[in-house]
Amino acid sequence: MIQLTEEQRLIKDTVREFALKEVEPIARKIDKLSEFPYETIKKMGELNLLGIPWPQKYGGAEAGELSYIIAVEELARVCGSTSITLAAHTSLGSFPIYAFGTEEQKKKYLTPLASGKYLGGMGLTEPEAGSDAGATRTTAVKTNGGYIINGSKIFITNASVGKSFIVLAKTDMKAKGSYGLSTFIVESSFKGFKSGKKEDKLGLRGSDTCELIFEDCFVPEENILGKEGDGFKSLMKTLDGGRISIGALALGIAQGALDKVIPYVRERQQFGKPIGSFQAIQMMVADMATEIEASRHLIYHAAHLMEEGKPFSKESAMAKLFASETAMRVTKNAIQALGGYGYMNEYQVERYYRDAKLTEIGEGTSEVQRIVIARGIIGKL
Amino acid sequence: MDFEMTEELLEMKKVARDFAEKEIAPIVEKDEAEHKFRPEIVRKMGELGFFGGVIPEQYGGTGVGMLATVVMNEEIARVSASYGLPFNMQTIGPGLVLLAWGTEEHKKNYIPKLVTGEFMGCFAITEPNSGSDVASMKSLAVDKGDYWLLNGAKTWISNAQVADIGIVYAYTDPSQKHKGMSAFAVELKNTKGVTTRAIETKLGLHCAPTGEVIFEDAKIPKSALLGKPGDGFKICMSMLDNTRLSCACRAVGVAQGAPDAAVKYANEREQFGKKIGEYEMIQSQLAEMFVETQAARMLVYRAAYLKDKGIKNTLEVSTAKYFAAETAVKATNEAVKIFGSYGFSSEYPVERRLRDAKSFQIVEGTSNIQKMIISSFVLGQRK
Repeated sequence: MIQLTEEQRLIKDTVREFALKEVEPIARKIDKLSEFPYETIKKMGELNLLGIPWPQKYGGAEAGELSYIIAVEELARVCGSTSITLAAHTSLGSFPIYAFGTEEQKKKYLTPLASGKYLGGMGLTEPEAGSDAGATRTTAVKTNGGYIINGSKIFITNASVGKSFIVLAKTDMKAKGSYGLSTFIVESSFKGFKSGKKEDKLGLRGSDTCELIFEDCFVPEENILGKEGDGFKSLMKTLDGGRISIGALALGIAQGALDKVIPYVRERQQFGKPIGSFQAIQMMVADMATEIEASRHLIYHAAHLMEEGKPFSKESAMAKLFASETAMRVTKNAIQALGGYGYMNEYQVERYYRDAKLTEIGEGTSEVQRIVIARGIIGKL
Repeated sequence: MDFEMTEELLEMKKVARDFAEKEIAPIVEKDEAEHKFRPEIVRKMGELGFFGGVIPEQYGGTGVGMLATVVMNEEIARVSASYGLPFNMQTIGPGLVLLAWGTEEHKKNYIPKLVTGEFMGCFAITEPNSGSDVASMKSLAVDKGDYWLLNGAKTWISNAQVADIGIVYAYTDPSQKHKGMSAFAVELKNTKGVTTRAIETKLGLHCAPTGEVIFEDAKIPKSALLGKPGDGFKICMSMLDNTRLSCACRAVGVAQGAPDAAVKYANEREQFGKKIGEYEMIQSQLAEMFVETQAARMLVYRAAYLKDKGIKNTLEVSTAKYFAAETAVKATNEAVKIFGSYGFSSEYPVERRLRDAKSFQIVEGTSNIQKMIISSFVLGQRK
């Protein structure tokens, strides 16, 4: 087992305390009303939780990838919506600037993102480009001093609450598939940019998900990330990291569901004894705990590799695949253990179940993870 | 819909069950350990009419149909998967191919003998480099005017070293791809250039002979051709629809053997002061075994019922075979767990069933191939 450092342990305790005090009390309400938790996110910024892995000189906490992943996990343990807001902001909205940005871009955008001045996000998915990111149709046409972007992006986390977005668009119209794509930093204040209607979702209802629409949106040329044509490559690297965060989201959801199951099976009496004394329940709880622990190891390991600068593409896909499928099984059985109560909104495990489903889809479906893993193992054929 | 078994079916089921208990059960454990095959058991089953169910009376059969045959086949497999196999090797495989594609002479000469067990049958598709990809076979039959000159090597062939008559698949025109494949009825013991070699190293099915068949400039009479040149692939696929179904019902028989044994054990074995069957974990395992075996049986019966009605049943057969094979492995695996160390010991009947069950995920098209077939129907690529 990876031994947590003092710093990582401190962050875990801080986030746990914050989650119990500030997030859990509102989790049910923001889910029910589909309400974005502005106040909570602001407080997270004040605690420097919105820039955990980034260098202090850019306003971050410089505490490493694993500390950040632990924060995502601990938040998800009480509220998936708050957790994914942090995950999208950090792994998708901030990482590309840190990894591929120029010094000026980092100063201008990473610093406010990391220090919690505003939220960020990423525009990748399009109506016709889901798993197949190479099918991107949004275009960025070179013009005097910049690019004109046209197109739309859907299912974008933080779309209406974020201020800067990493946007994938086609710059070389003749190139096929994943070639000829580039990434840009787009500010919500740019003319021709707007966010569309708020999506009505199965779960993670307190998080913000909308369309991004670009209508002749001018982006100055200093806002391209890396070089023209680098888009797909940097996107893949971004998703490698994003997958660890979605895995951590799944892990936290699963752990949170188990947290609710344990006191219930100890207290609930049927046939004259606590239901936790029945083997059927014991086996369920044992499987849950085992799979959660295995997920945690996979995720921490992938985060550790990323932090060390070692290859982690296959490992992050494995971690995300396993953790998200675990989250589905665990939350399903958590409802089962709580019976009729589990089905009721008041007992909250049904929310965990709904929230968990996204983790099998976002940042690449389970099917795509299996493709990535198989490629990592079999190699190019 | 009628889920009731007729009196006649129940009677045939009982005859097969009694035979398995009386003739096979007493010898099966020892024979499996010694890899011993008893042809007389096949002949006795033949004489009792077990193999004649799918064959009309004019060729020595009883014509009771596929459903009746799988019901009997399942009962034999419940005691011994090895002795469930001859149903395929005699009539469900070679017998039905000859009936559909053979000349009158083929039918008269071979089918009655396959029904009684006087002749042992086999069919030869698989080659060392051609498994799931049947069309990639290399065996070649060249038209020499008076005869076909056959060269090639077949492997993992059930009954290879004991078979009198084999349905052999080979290319007659490789340039036509799978449309250049043909099927032959070959008298394996009477043909020069045919040699066989036993394969003894198998995980399970130790009483069932398996081997290689090698053709080296074997001269096959012109009359051995089934259908027309180029019909081979079609014949092969239609044969697999039938043999796959037999495989599925044997999987159900093997799966059923698991709860049979485990229920008995769970009612006897005591731990922590009570019968292990009183523990919820064991109850849950037994319930799952029972449910899945029953579901597999229903799928098999329905596919057989369609066959008897003359309705094409490729999808239903693949569905039944896939599910039954997976169920057999899961149920026998659970049975080994319930038996604990006894389950791991070959003195108890469950480890053999687990070993035998694995074969069903492989033969007559692997589980992956079944899923390919099933999904091609589901996606509407096939109808």
